[in-house]
Amino acid sequence: MSGYIVRRLLQAIPVLLGTTFLIYFMVFAMPGDPILALFGDKTPPDRVLEALRERYNLDKPFIVQYFLFLGGIFRGDLGTSFSGQPVSEILAATFPVTLRLALLAIFFEMVAGITIGLISGLRKGGIFDASALVVSLILISLPIFVIAFVAQLVFGIQLGWFRTTVGVGAPIQDLILPAIVLATISFAQIMRLTRASVIDTGGQDFVRTAASKGLSRKRIVPVHILRNSLIPVVTYLAVDFGTLMVGATVTEGIFNVPGVGRTLYQAIIRGEGPTVVSFVTVMVLIYLVVNLLVDLLYAVLDPRIRYAK
Amino acid sequence: MKIKRIGVAAIALAAAGALTLSGCTSGGASPSADAGASTAVITTNGSEPQNPLVPAITNETGGGKILNAIFAGLVHYEADGSAVNELAESIDSDDAQNYTIKIKSGETFTNGEEITAQSFVDAWNYTSQTEEQALNGSYFFSSIAGYEDPTAPELSGLKVVDDTTFTVELSQPESDFPLRLGYSAFYPMPSVAYEDIDAYGENPIGNGPYMLDGEGAWKHNEKIDLVVNPDYDGPRKAVNGGLDIVFYATQEAAYADLQGGNLDVLDAIPDSALATYEDEFPDRSVNQGAAVFQSFTIPGRLPHFSGEEGQLRRAAISKAINREEITDVIFSGTRTPAHDFTSPVIDGYSEEIPGSDVLEFDDSEAQELWAEADAISPWSGTFQIAYNADGGHQAWVDAVANNLKNALGIDASGAPYPTFAELRTAVDDRTIQTAFRTGWQGDYPALANFLGPIYVTNAGSNDGDYSNPEFDALIEEGLGETDLATANEKFQQAQEILFQDLPAIPLWYATANGAWSELVEDVEFGWDGVPLYYSITKSE
Repeated sequence: MSGYIVRRLLQAIPVLLGTTFLIYFMVFAMPGDPILALFGDKTPPDRVLEALRERYNLDKPFIVQYFLFLGGIFRGDLGTSFSGQPVSEILAATFPVTLRLALLAIFFEMVAGITIGLISGLRKGGIFDASALVVSLILISLPIFVIAFVAQLVFGIQLGWFRTTVGVGAPIQDLILPAIVLATISFAQIMRLTRASVIDTGGQDFVRTAASKGLSRKRIVPVHILRNSLIPVVTYLAVDFGTLMVGATVTEGIFNVPGVGRTLYQAIIRGEGPTVVSFVTVMVLIYLVVNLLVDLLYAVLDPRIRYAK
Repeated sequence: MKIKRIGVAAIALAAAGALTLSGCTSGGASPSADAGASTAVITTNGSEPQNPLVPAITNETGGGKILNAIFAGLVHYEADGSAVNELAESIDSDDAQNYTIKIKSGETFTNGEEITAQSFVDAWNYTSQTEEQALNGSYFFSSIAGYEDPTAPELSGLKVVDDTTFTVELSQPESDFPLRLGYSAFYPMPSVAYEDIDAYGENPIGNGPYMLDGEGAWKHNEKIDLVVNPDYDGPRKAVNGGLDIVFYATQEAAYADLQGGNLDVLDAIPDSALATYEDEFPDRSVNQGAAVFQSFTIPGRLPHFSGEEGQLRRAAISKAINREEITDVIFSGTRTPAHDFTSPVIDGYSEEIPGSDVLEFDDSEAQELWAEADAISPWSGTFQIAYNADGGHQAWVDAVANNLKNALGIDASGAPYPTFAELRTAVDDRTIQTAFRTGWQGDYPALANFLGPIYVTNAGSNDGDYSNPEFDALIEEGLGETDLATANEKFQQAQEILFQDLPAIPLWYATANGAWSELVEDVEFGWDGVPLYYSITKSE
């Protein structure tokens, strides 16, 4: 098992190098001079432009810039944003916020998705099942910004149950509403996935065997049906966690969450190479680690995978 | 220059707006508030400063709003745009070229250091001569003698006479120089700033009506807390307990916070709420002129747009645009059709400049002018207006293109560039082969600021490479006058020439749009569209 983990971690190195190179290349290839854009509709004298380009290494060829950036990483220096703030500080300030938001969203979609999916699957064709399917269909088809704006208007402004936007320090209670909004779309997927999986597992031989042995339903549902139904759901959750980390941009904008999505978006618009690449590198790392964790979790959920090695 | 943020999801808000909104529930705002009685803290919207909080380095509104609150300069601007002495005792000149500036004695920075003539001279030298830092320096200090020599550590045009007096020599007469001195680039800095400018920019020490609420008051990407500076004794004395500026990524989020009661004063209404905010905040909103002029520029190098033919075509295009209708329908009345090349909030503004009737919609006359131009050389091709797609310009560009199609019977369209950076790069290196959107936000309230930097031959922001010696001469004459009224006459004559040549087609002026909660009173917006925070009172 430990050899497997080490091998997986070593594989991460070329993946990281490849992604940072690609991202850096894409930021570099973005047309337009980011320094010029800092001045709005005014045009500064050339010597000011040149001095600023030099400061951010933008006057050097792409490959030199990339290796300067890489060298910086090994010295623990991720560069500075155009606002003069070290990128490492921005990372340290924004990632915990988005992580909290994503974990909270995962929590909501897991609890709601798995519970409702399980009940729906067990009562296939019933009224509960039918209405759950309709609601999930609506949620899947609504764009997230519509859900976000309506939630903000109804629960934030009209009912006053939540703050309309997230306050300083992004406390958990402020993050609940955006997390629920963020959870809605994946909730529908998880609910449907769990339902299908429960129906599938419910018809399997081992479930029938367990029932014929006289085991109570209280024991069959969690141990035999739910546990075996969770494998596709866990896989989905892993992918979804990455998506949530990255895809929170819209929600973070609407609820003014000082997180990764909002910051990365602004960095892309401004063409801040080091900021964009650093953020993406951390995201790739998170993807890799979460996928590794999921692969390990498989073994826990399904002993056959453990032994098949 | 304000770089407009991108609005998201107008559709959603429009849909959501159909639901009725319950008003704020906190009644009983007491209208009392004797001067200085209020100690409640005002919360308002802002955006994360793009640069360290050093006057020299800041050139965008997010940081500028904070700097104006924590610093005091030689002059400040009243709501109507007039410049009033703040730290200056007097600013005198006989020839509009050599100025003697006397400052009030006994004023201090919040760390106790006395503000002397040297404080100004040092800050100005720093701003202009450390070019890698000073985004502003090049622009605002280039007219001071000695600027041309970038290797000199100091501007030769600045001389300290005594503790409270210094002199400024300009390389040529500029009558509007005193009007400039309220801009943040001209603020003084304490000597501690130069020891470690980055640390200073993080926790700036100023001399204005407000100061930072201790070390680390700037919470990056979230907010900055300001408290009243007890030592400030000038015309902007604060009558509230402080200012919390919350940073928003989108205007929609800030507007939602105002609706939700988390925000007291908002100075940016999102596009999606422009049509409704005045009804939603009755008697608590503002829609007034601002110092922003919007236009599109037709470079003279484009085929058919030079010489007499060019003049005819430009006039035809200008007459083909229905500004009233576009500002009404597309901007819900939050733009005002242009009548000149400056802004209505500037002293010397006039709607009576000869030739300005070219801005009135008249499609039959437009057709005639276009036909006259065709007689010189027949039109061919498409007329395009370039714009940046990330700035919300598509709607009006399409509307203008439609006007041109209908009135002139030519093929016209918008030419979108994905980002602002891309558009600016194409404009700057002159590879752009179409007309393009342009705009100017006044840096300080003076007519010349809207004319000189844009239309004088080889001026810094003359993106269309316009050149007319008569125009240049009139601007120079105006700048040489010591009397503001006489100077403004010259600037208006200069605009007559612009109306003939139309290097840019004036479209409209932006307005300042804002709203505030029931808790605050005495909200007034300045010439630049930013509220005068120091005069706002708030019930406890």
